[in-house]
Amino acid sequence: MTQRTRNLLLLAPAGAWFLLMLIVPLSVVFIFSFGERGPAGGYVPALTLEQYANLPARWAAFRNTMILAPTGTLAALLIAYPLAYFLAVKVSAKWKMTLLVLVIVPFWTSILIRSYAWIFLLGGRGIPALLDWIGIEGVRLINTPFSVLVGIVYGYLPLMVFPIFVSLDRLDKRLLEASSDLGARPWRTFLQVTLPLSIPGIATGCMLVFILLMGEYLIPALLGGGKVFFVGNALVDLFLQSRNWAFGSAVAVTLVVVMLITVTIYMRFISRVGGTRDDVALM
Amino acid sequence: MTKQPDHISKKQFMEELQRYRKGSVTRRHFLNVTGLGAASAVLGAAVPGLRPRPAFAAGEIGDRVVLATWPNYHDPENFDAFTEATGAHVQVNVFGSNEEMLAKLQAGATGWDVFVPTNYTITTYVGEDLIEPLDTALLPNYDPNAYDPRFAEAGSVDGKLYAVPKDWGTTGFVVNTDHTGGKTLDSWKGFFDITRDTFSGRTMVHDYQLTTIGNALKYFDYSFNSVDPAELADAEKLLIECKPHLFAISSDYQPSMRNGDAWMSMAWTGDGKQLNADIPAIIYVLGKEGGEIWSDYYAVPKGAPHRAAAYALINFLLDPKVNAKEVLAHGYPSADAHTNALLPESLLNDPILYPAQELLSPLEFGAAVTLTDPNRAELMARFKSA
Repeated sequence: MTQRTRNLLLLAPAGAWFLLMLIVPLSVVFIFSFGERGPAGGYVPALTLEQYANLPARWAAFRNTMILAPTGTLAALLIAYPLAYFLAVKVSAKWKMTLLVLVIVPFWTSILIRSYAWIFLLGGRGIPALLDWIGIEGVRLINTPFSVLVGIVYGYLPLMVFPIFVSLDRLDKRLLEASSDLGARPWRTFLQVTLPLSIPGIATGCMLVFILLMGEYLIPALLGGGKVFFVGNALVDLFLQSRNWAFGSAVAVTLVVVMLITVTIYMRFISRVGGTRDDVALM
Repeated sequence: MTKQPDHISKKQFMEELQRYRKGSVTRRHFLNVTGLGAASAVLGAAVPGLRPRPAFAAGEIGDRVVLATWPNYHDPENFDAFTEATGAHVQVNVFGSNEEMLAKLQAGATGWDVFVPTNYTITTYVGEDLIEPLDTALLPNYDPNAYDPRFAEAGSVDGKLYAVPKDWGTTGFVVNTDHTGGKTLDSWKGFFDITRDTFSGRTMVHDYQLTTIGNALKYFDYSFNSVDPAELADAEKLLIECKPHLFAISSDYQPSMRNGDAWMSMAWTGDGKQLNADIPAIIYVLGKEGGEIWSDYYAVPKGAPHRAAAYALINFLLDPKVNAKEVLAHGYPSADAHTNALLPESLLNDPILYPAQELLSPLEFGAAVTLTDPNRAELMARFKSA
């Protein structure tokens, strides 16, 4: 067996997976997006741009997603960074593992169950009742964009914490000492040494959370009470309610394109901020 | 959990049967080792109607049957009894809308054996060749003469029987009278007006275009089934005006009504009955302008993987004794006279299940076109994303 055949054989499982699970379904969606809806729903083959011409009908869903996904990513980053910093820099080696495990523990239960817990917490008998008790009356949390944001940050926080933790954990502590020896105050050391060196982790975390958020539908459906409408929710309705597969496919293709463009711009931006670094991890 | 008799294999079963026939073992021994003794005892207790017929031997109809149905819609004890009687375990898939069921069946390979379509969907299923004509020879408990024809006729298309009646109901709304300040709500006009007033942030509408748009149309006294663009535009304007005042757009309204977050919601009969039974302050109201009356059916999709079990389950659930237990659990009226004969008088006089004639008269059955109309689907999407 030559080196070449051996390489091909080893690549075969991943290649087959890639073909069957990515290329084929995406092609089907792409082809469907040029079709038409049957009289009772479903898909009828055609070659028309009608579905793409209809896209403005889902503009609101795209707008909501494009607002809440970056907001959710930023909120997750602001909460995750100090936590990751604490875990990587401040915690003793003895406790590090335990605390890291605690970060993942929520992942052991389904997001569905955890979202139901939030429905209770944010509902009238949860936090608002507590606020009422201390004199702040009439607060409504559940089924608002805010409750969706809470659910998003909660659900995706570990995905943000881990990449940042890894980049901070690998940080060469001697650089911090050098900075301090050269007279920099801690805040300046953070801004000029720690933060730039943790950019790969931030970039990875933001990317992971952002991409998943663009397709999110469960959290807005459960914590938004059906009133907060993402592209994911539009897709579910198009396929399962109005059964307009052709239009649903066009919306899905558009979402993929929007994501590709956003991510490309984002990567350009990150590589400029991070300088010409090759360790800006993608995944 | 009570200890079940151990299952025996088909081969062992046949061997024991041979021995019993030859007279080498007693009947009691045979019934004990095969588990049929216990099964027939439970069966006898649960469904005396089935007694004259031979019980299914374990494994005869397979080990499971998959039922696609709606939430809070069955008595789980009946499923246990079915499993005891036939050896087939009932796997329940719960759905939120007829569209979702139709979408799954259109996509193919659902694995369902029995499903519960609503009256207005059946012609579409027949047109799309998705359900099979029922073989009534396999449904001895089905007595066509026992049903109120209003709730049975949608089951037949072009003279062929495709679906048998499960129960019927209405679509009205539930309102918690603790918050109405003595005001009586009796119309869809009242529903949408109070939503934009003192009930702001407390009202729920279904995540279902048929009922949400249909009831908004009733605000203007249009038909529940209207697909007229000008009338739909009025309904859309009303819904979008109300949206900032809604607590949620969801068909799962019981939890929020129960915990007090929501004060009012569009609702179906059975949910109204269940909520009213537990919290008397929550009443069920039919809009005086009208609204929807509907009936649900049992049907078998084409290519059902456990077809024999599907018929066995439908037949079992049509047994009046079983059906009466179902009605007591889900709180929807049955169209079957045999079942009603077994129900307590108080239930048959319940105004939630059996509303007064003047409230029933203006109600409309949903139409097939109402479900499949693309303009109504788009209206719903605009309403939800507004």
